[in-house]
Amino acid sequence: MNNFSYTQAADLQQAVSLLKETEGNKILAGGTNLIDLMKYFVTEADMLIDINKISGFRELTEQEDGSVQLGALMTNAETAYHPVIEERYPLLSRTILAGASAQIRNMATNGGNLLQRTRCYYFYDSDVPCNKREPGSGCSAINGYNRIHAILGHNENCIAVFPSDMCVALAALGAKVHVTGAAGERIIPFEEFHRLPGDAPELDNTLQKDEIITGIELPAEGFAENYSYLKLRDRNSYAFALVSVAAGFTLEAGMIKEIAIALGGIAHKPWRVKEAEDFLKGKEPSRENFSSAADLILAGAKGFKDNEFKVGLAKRAIIRNCMMALNPESQRPGAKPSL
Amino acid sequence: MPDQNNQSITLKVNGQDHQLELKPWVSLLDALRHTLHLTGTKKGCDHGQCGACTVLIDGKRVLSCLTLAVMKDGAEITTIEGIGSEDNLHPVQKAFIEHDAFQCGYCTPGQICSAVGLLNEGKGNSREEVQDLMSGNLCRCGANRGIINAIMAVKEEI
Repeated sequence: MNNFSYTQAADLQQAVSLLKETEGNKILAGGTNLIDLMKYFVTEADMLIDINKISGFRELTEQEDGSVQLGALMTNAETAYHPVIEERYPLLSRTILAGASAQIRNMATNGGNLLQRTRCYYFYDSDVPCNKREPGSGCSAINGYNRIHAILGHNENCIAVFPSDMCVALAALGAKVHVTGAAGERIIPFEEFHRLPGDAPELDNTLQKDEIITGIELPAEGFAENYSYLKLRDRNSYAFALVSVAAGFTLEAGMIKEIAIALGGIAHKPWRVKEAEDFLKGKEPSRENFSSAADLILAGAKGFKDNEFKVGLAKRAIIRNCMMALNPESQRPGAKPSL
Repeated sequence: MPDQNNQSITLKVNGQDHQLELKPWVSLLDALRHTLHLTGTKKGCDHGQCGACTVLIDGKRVLSCLTLAVMKDGAEITTIEGIGSEDNLHPVQKAFIEHDAFQCGYCTPGQICSAVGLLNEGKGNSREEVQDLMSGNLCRCGANRGIINAIMAVKEEI
């Protein structure tokens, strides 16, 4: 790590004003990704602003309208095992528990989960070009070893994927991100929080330089009856997804009423396609219908030398996981395929 | 030039207070091993991928390699040296011996701290769940079956 200074912020205002001072000042919460990136010199800092001692952001609050506010500083484990999350948002609980390890979930915060960087090997390797790490230097993954990379939403600038599991559920649930910056507070719909590489692959999300995530708002509908998370990866636990699918729906007289399907491990942001969900509304939850919806979700998917397999794998994962959601008990630890 | 002075902190390790002056970039792992000479906690990958550096902070299992020591001023830290003693082994330590849960032993302190953390959490009701909840600790000798057997045995005793 480079030599940096360290400050514990007493309150949010102090943290924001320190953050605004210079680009080299960075927020430290769980540290599980930031400290690792700093050890590789992928990220450097003038000052780390430790926000862990700021009070008021470690709670879960149920609002009168049925929505739930998750504090940004709650750990992933506190969130996944919270009785309200287990009962009303089991999809979120499942996705969190499919990510990282028990130790990391005890450290990593909800806000930090949204801000983790890609695990593209070329992003981590400072000796090779990477547009995300060093804009304009080129993408080493496009013609390199690209087994873990994107099949949707990529371009010539960047084919990296966003690695979070938790965010796949937050995308499906239609969460909102609460942030505070020098200009005040704002609320960002989840689909507008993460972004595609476009011509600025160095930017993973739409958070401004002086903004801090304070909380995540979950809408009242948690799909607690019919939900499932399926995560396919090279080993059954403690690995990032090659393809993952979060699905939740409500049924009325045996037909799909509301439905949300989000994919992870295949794009620069959690992938959700409204047309596919609209297609399924009012239809029978059958393999055939989910297969048609999968084609809509994966329209335009294009793999590279080593990840072409993800296109077919994603289609089968969507169908399999939507069928699993009919019987949520079929889910297994680590979000493995049902037996 | 930002202020990079030493930070004065107190780490309570295995019940004993230690006043330390540390640079902000010193990991908790390095503070334990190099400053306090508690070398039971092991450095494996130093990047949060192997679990060898697992310790308990306020009863919860965490990775000391991805924690800055200065973040834990005032926290209660338990390392393998504080889990049990040679005359009075922790039930998890006894079970590791009984179930042949190690070969080279390098991952063992982290495995045991992680297992104690798992028991504190009260989760993991099936063997498959325990396997998943222990996946953050890699054993390259391949003693995993013994490790899970040992933890299941302790869970049954409780």
